[in-house]
Amino acid sequence: MPIRRDNDAASVFRNLDWPTVLIYLIMVVAGMVSIYAASYDFDNASMFAADEFSGKQLRWIGLSLVLGMVILLIDARMYETYAYPVYILVVILLAITPVIAPNIKGSHSWIEVGSMRLQPAEFAKFATALALAKLFAGYHFQLNAKVSNYVKALAIIFVPILLILLQNETGSALTFLALFFVLYREGMSGLVLFGALFAVVIFVVGLKFTEGTVIGMPSGQFAVMVMIMIVMVGMSAAYARRLEIARNILVGMFGLGAVVAVLSACGVTLPGLYVTVGAVAVACIYVVIEAIKLHRPRLYAPVAAAVCAVVFLFSIGAAFDYLQPHQQMRIKVALGTVEDLRDAGYNVNQSKIAIGSGGFLGKGFLNGTQTKLKYVPEQHTDFIFCTIGEEEGFVGAMIVTLLFLGLILRILSIGERQPTTFGRVYAYCVASYFIFHFCINIGMVIGLCPVIGIPLPFFSYGGSSLWGFTILLFILLKIDASRKSVMVY
Amino acid sequence: MRKNYELEKRKYIIGGFIVIVALVYLVRLFDLQINDAKYKQSADSNAFLKKTVYPSRGLVYDRNGELVVFNQPAYDVMMIPRDVHPFDTLDFCATLNITPDDLNRRLDDMRRSAGYSTYTPQRLLAQLSVQDYGRLQEKLYRFPGFFIQKRILRQYNHPTAANVLGNIREVNADDIERDDYYSPGDYTGDLGIEKSYETYLRGVKGVEVLMRDAHGRIQGRYEDGAHDVAPVSGRDLRLSLDIGLQMYAESLMVGKRGAVVAIEPETGEILCMVSMPSYDPTLLVGRQRGVNYRALVQDNSWPLFDRALMGAYPPGSTFKPTQGLIFLQEGIITLETTYPCSHGYISGGLRVGCHGHASPLPLKPAIQTSCNAFFCWGFKAMIDKRSKYGTSAAAFEVWKHHLVSMGYGYKLGVDLPGESRGFLPNDRFYNRFYGEGHWSANTVISVAIGQGEILATPLQIANLSATIANRGHFITPHVVKEIQDTVMPVEFLQRHYPTIEARHYDAIAEGMRMAVTGGTCRRAAIPGIEVCGKTGTAQNPHGKDHSAFMGFAPYQNPRIAVAVYVENGGWGATYGVPIGSLVMEKYLTGTIAPERKPMESMMMNSSIIYANTQR
Repeated sequence: MPIRRDNDAASVFRNLDWPTVLIYLIMVVAGMVSIYAASYDFDNASMFAADEFSGKQLRWIGLSLVLGMVILLIDARMYETYAYPVYILVVILLAITPVIAPNIKGSHSWIEVGSMRLQPAEFAKFATALALAKLFAGYHFQLNAKVSNYVKALAIIFVPILLILLQNETGSALTFLALFFVLYREGMSGLVLFGALFAVVIFVVGLKFTEGTVIGMPSGQFAVMVMIMIVMVGMSAAYARRLEIARNILVGMFGLGAVVAVLSACGVTLPGLYVTVGAVAVACIYVVIEAIKLHRPRLYAPVAAAVCAVVFLFSIGAAFDYLQPHQQMRIKVALGTVEDLRDAGYNVNQSKIAIGSGGFLGKGFLNGTQTKLKYVPEQHTDFIFCTIGEEEGFVGAMIVTLLFLGLILRILSIGERQPTTFGRVYAYCVASYFIFHFCINIGMVIGLCPVIGIPLPFFSYGGSSLWGFTILLFILLKIDASRKSVMVY
Repeated sequence: MRKNYELEKRKYIIGGFIVIVALVYLVRLFDLQINDAKYKQSADSNAFLKKTVYPSRGLVYDRNGELVVFNQPAYDVMMIPRDVHPFDTLDFCATLNITPDDLNRRLDDMRRSAGYSTYTPQRLLAQLSVQDYGRLQEKLYRFPGFFIQKRILRQYNHPTAANVLGNIREVNADDIERDDYYSPGDYTGDLGIEKSYETYLRGVKGVEVLMRDAHGRIQGRYEDGAHDVAPVSGRDLRLSLDIGLQMYAESLMVGKRGAVVAIEPETGEILCMVSMPSYDPTLLVGRQRGVNYRALVQDNSWPLFDRALMGAYPPGSTFKPTQGLIFLQEGIITLETTYPCSHGYISGGLRVGCHGHASPLPLKPAIQTSCNAFFCWGFKAMIDKRSKYGTSAAAFEVWKHHLVSMGYGYKLGVDLPGESRGFLPNDRFYNRFYGEGHWSANTVISVAIGQGEILATPLQIANLSATIANRGHFITPHVVKEIQDTVMPVEFLQRHYPTIEARHYDAIAEGMRMAVTGGTCRRAAIPGIEVCGKTGTAQNPHGKDHSAFMGFAPYQNPRIAVAVYVENGGWGATYGVPIGSLVMEKYLTGTIAPERKPMESMMMNSSIIYANTQR
């Protein structure tokens, strides 16, 4: 098979994925305009004034474009070749950052380079993506083949997480958890994602519904116990390849439910905690016996899931206490158990008011009053979506949402068309980061997620974030543009 | 490359997930922005007025619980320019008792001021009188865009202790830059405890969200105050000052310049702290503050200068106890060592005069009679003792370190702003002045008797007195005894031990006792109380000698230590001793013995004429 040397500048632009580039350009320009609007205070200077946030962002954008061009001109194979050195370099930088970084609002995550402040955590994104892609691109690498493969992949993901946690930047650190989507795409069992989702459900239900009681236990906990039983039923059915076991558990469950209902109707109150835990325990023992009888080790999965879930449910309280008070507060606010409009809930409430007041078409550019009058804090950084929602209304917010959806789907399809594992895994990494930032940032602004301080890519003010995502995206574009020139065998 | 089509299907799961999230978000946005009118209404900024509610500033009590400083309300007229509709300016001016020209001038000033915005509240007039406030309140509905902001000013129960109490002033641009808490028009502590305890006193501002109609008229509280934030009152302070004693000491100092500091030795609590001349703290309250403040700044007797802790004076003979302590500690003398005094110290062509008393004499009588020669000889023995220290410079450093440990040469760390550190020369100072190796004890002999380069604040002298009273330790002097709901900072609770062993202090205390029973400060004697004292008569370049006194009482288990410094008062015994002993007597017995009344009235009625140029 011939190797085409198709790496000159002209061919790069011929093969470039222009839809992605277009979305990128729209986003950064819209971002700058929004930043101008967010920091505009009525008797104000030009959008391009160098000492305004928007002017500074313009400078960052200019530099980003230069950076993007440079990335496009570097030989695509370099990214694979130097993936590990780049990763190690960034890890070292992350490790020394808390030491050399000055304290800015309680976080030691910014290093000063001349007059610029850079956040190494943002650059860890692309380095980690490169390293992970390189790992998977290894000869005959199969994620599920060996446990050590998981260890390696998880090490690559968790080293930056731990180092960034040391800088007290919980939000940025959590971003890397999105890379589990990549592991999933490359063969990790869907049970892990399902388990994570189930854990979130347990967490939310268990913490949110603490008011009422069912047979003497908090309604949330009771609901979770019922859910656990249902999951056991489903999993037993799936893993046993026959329905008897699932049916028997279900029958037992309803029988117990009927007995409990009758007894409480007669005025006998049962200790709900022991009843539900006992029911799960009996079901588990039954499934274990069946597993031994049928010689189906896979049947241990529902038992393990149930045990983990129960333990998790009753340790939420303790785990929750382990969080810092402001984090606890943010979670409670997002769950709606605490309506604290003055303190932790203030941001979210104000941001909902700002967005809500936008209406269908918005108040018009620079006419937003909520964001202007500084009701919404961090409006030019993490809460930039507010300004868009207020001034451009539902239409503007929808367009931004769809732009992100389009970008993410486009990246996924770019990933799937890569001839190399390296390209594909890298693309999925990029998509994962965008998914996380999109979900969390917009989710918190509209009050659906707890407040986690991470920026909206390409919109929020800040050079590090803009550069980090630009590098991330343009390396993907370059790998994609030269996909036809790689050896395929 | 082998493709795994089973795994490729997972792209639909991931893609599907993000599509679902996006859909959920769009539904939520739709709900927020189109469905629910609540947010639209909430955000209609026309409908809201966020009014700052100022917390009441912490009150100040004296050590006996007597109220000293309290609050009085004041009313500012505020406006939000964007909301102001054309109004009847003549009626407005008549209501506020200003002329239309005045109004226009104020509006112009406002527009030019930093931080002007047509969207945010701007202040038009500060501190209305109660009558004007009442009239305006009634007519306010006619003037949309205007509202009244209540603020807190200070008021004082006694015209005393201005230097300790301080006052409050409007914040300036620097304050706002430095601390996010402040916004223009706020008040902050200036001078005294108002400044040093500002963060405790000020409390936390609250907010009241009011609804207005389209004409800017207040319609009531939004959602019944669900969004209001209640202000948190400032913390009350309990001073260690005895305000009665403070006023008494001030009355003794009338007509004189100087300072009186009294400390409770056991706790380091300052019982009174007088700086004269002083002023009535109410002068710096209200609309006349600017005028009065300027007058005080320009007054060439420097009433704003707190002499008790900013004034650095030669300590004179009150310094001698430190010398005795150092000589004992360094083993230069014992209690039996005697030095001759032939009406002075005569060495190498140098003569430091002294007055008539027995000679030769040991330490205790030397303190009793305040013998210059004894301490000069001791100083020479120490500084020129090359066998022990190598060089005079090294010996001098040892000497200096002892003094630093006794609180000289550095700020003591009192809880008031502007403290002076006094001055202690070190070897480098003299090396620069005389050249290295070109100076010895005799070159700098005057520091041995608290003259020459040595400078100390009255507070430092009082602290020495307290240290001797405690027989070898002190607690950093402070004027605040308790902060409401807070523990005092640890630096005002822990003992400091100078580098002098405690056993040496007894001899000094005894010498000071002898000075009262039969020495330089016989006038300090209080019937029924064993008083210890040390006079000081400090030569200075500003004319007549300064009169100083340092003492404590009772001799055993002292309850008060005092330092008095009267500028150009002459002998220590002239002003220092009577004032110091009267303050101690008043504090310990609550009254003045009949036989000492004449002395009291003499102090209250005597004045010193000062040339007006000095500081």
